[in-house]
Amino acid sequence: MTDGTRAGRAPSRIAAAVRGSRLVGDSVVAAVTVLAVGAAGMLIPLGVGVNLFPPAAARLRMLANRARARAASWSGEPLPASPPWVADQDGFAGRARLCWQILGSRGFWDEVAWATLDPFTGGVLAAGPLALIVYGLFGALVQPFLWATIHAFADGNYYAVIHVDSWTNALLAVPLGVLFVVLGVWSGPWWLRQHARLTRSLLTTRRAELARRVEQLTDIRTEMTDHSAAELRRIERDLHDGAQARLVAMGMSLDAAERQLDGDPEAVRALLVQARESSTAALQELRDLVRGIHPPVLADRGLPDAVRALALEMVVDVTVRAAIPARLAPPVEAAAYFAVNEVLANAAKHARPHQINVDLRYGAGRLSIEVVDDGDGGADPADGTGLRGIGRRLAAFDGTIAVDSPPGGPTTVLMEIPCALSSPKTSSSSGTV
Amino acid sequence: MRVVIAEDLFLLRDGLTKLLREHGFDVVAAVDNGPALQQALLTAEPDVAVVDIRLPPSHTDEGLQAALAARRRRPGLPILLLSQYVEQLYARELLADQAGAIGYLLKDRVSNGGQFVDAVRRVAEGGTVLDPHVISRLLVRGTARGTVTALTDREREVLALMAEGRSNQAISQRLHVSESAVTKHTANIFTKLDLPISNDDNRRVLAVLAYLNR
Repeated sequence: MTDGTRAGRAPSRIAAAVRGSRLVGDSVVAAVTVLAVGAAGMLIPLGVGVNLFPPAAARLRMLANRARARAASWSGEPLPASPPWVADQDGFAGRARLCWQILGSRGFWDEVAWATLDPFTGGVLAAGPLALIVYGLFGALVQPFLWATIHAFADGNYYAVIHVDSWTNALLAVPLGVLFVVLGVWSGPWWLRQHARLTRSLLTTRRAELARRVEQLTDIRTEMTDHSAAELRRIERDLHDGAQARLVAMGMSLDAAERQLDGDPEAVRALLVQARESSTAALQELRDLVRGIHPPVLADRGLPDAVRALALEMVVDVTVRAAIPARLAPPVEAAAYFAVNEVLANAAKHARPHQINVDLRYGAGRLSIEVVDDGDGGADPADGTGLRGIGRRLAAFDGTIAVDSPPGGPTTVLMEIPCALSSPKTSSSSGTV
Repeated sequence: MRVVIAEDLFLLRDGLTKLLREHGFDVVAAVDNGPALQQALLTAEPDVAVVDIRLPPSHTDEGLQAALAARRRRPGLPILLLSQYVEQLYARELLADQAGAIGYLLKDRVSNGGQFVDAVRRVAEGGTVLDPHVISRLLVRGTARGTVTALTDREREVLALMAEGRSNQAISQRLHVSESAVTKHTANIFTKLDLPISNDDNRRVLAVLAYLNR
């Protein structure tokens, strides 16, 4: 599915301001730690650093992991912790090896960069709401009582844009101060989310990213194997109850006809007609089955014409535009075809549209399919199993589906699949249907 | 009557050859792939060709492409296409040149030899023969879209048979009614659907199909 802006479990607005101030404290601790790490690192050539550096690096990692956990819980996206530094053997040699290992690890340098930058960039983001609130309180509660004193000491007593040199102006500063407080409280979660995002970008290690990817791929594989096993079971059942049964019936009719050959020619004729009907029905069932597995037009012509063929079967008017210069890989074609099929069926069923437009494009290494209907709108991808199922199947190709469906319509479904073109165009060049 | 057959499965090719010979056709070529079919259509001077849509070497719609190419060079060359599937998209492409002498049937239809040979003859004579399956799907769609709801059930039956490319005489036999009754039904249909009445069978089929394809 699309990875949009997920809300995450950011703390409440008041708590955000408080936590922001704690983040400032933490960033100072991180800065001190990174100084210690640097000092210990420089002492490594003297030997004493070999004993000091690993614990300092371990301390830095602990702080980084704490920041990771916090960023994960506030942004709503997992950010795995890095493993602690452990020497694989005891004694000086083991510690020396660990120093070497730490200094060669990209994760360590990411953490150094994070701890160095955090007091500046991260600190500003974390302290932002608190600063607004304090400054607001100053304007609302302190200025009215102390403006004369401050004015006497400093020539220009400014509160934001207001030059506070009279009672009128001091009272004018009050609503402005209240506004700052409200802004600070209201924007608190936003500042924290930005902080979490920054922490994430500094502390996401390649290794953690790969671990996440492996987990995602494992999920997709499970999904796919489950899906194909279910499909095979369905096909087996359809064949067993359909075509196979018809062929058995046909054999029986032919057998009965053979036994009556010398007797009643009319009865033989009736049995033969029955046998032919069985064969017609079996063929029809096989046709329907094959169409559900891999539609013939898709195999013959590729995606654009297969979608055009689909459009012709729809009761609603469907216009298809396609700009795909060559055939796509067969699995991508099939996934895209069934996705379009599902989206069209969904639209026709729920939205009561008069017109649907399908736009197929290929560019920058990805296939984009846009389906727009002028129906009722209000489709929720989290709600409908159809749209969610499409998302899961497209995920197997790292594809995405995004749905924009305001109440009252129109509904736009955009699907994208990264893929390569496989062979020169064989599709007919007809424009729209 | 000279006929070219293109079908890659030996059993079916052999069966078609025997069936058509039994009914007095002269099978001048029986080929099993696309390029050989192209060659035969242009050099064997057939009066009609019976062509499987899916042919080697590509095993895609090679028979259809060969038929369309041959008809571009020889407009109105009678060709009857057979397929395991009927697709509205392909039916439209075959009818697009409006020249008639075209057929599109499910392969199953060869199991009824008499009707199949009749279809080959109608195509050879310039008629249009469309599989009942194509027409019934068009009618289902037309009903859902409300384009044929003005017709009575009997009129819809007549419309379907017209769309398959049958003459009034054939329709009257099929429905066990008099030919004059069929003429009356067709007149009603054309009035209700606001179509120009035509005595030319091919034009009539095209008009009806164009209406159903709306």
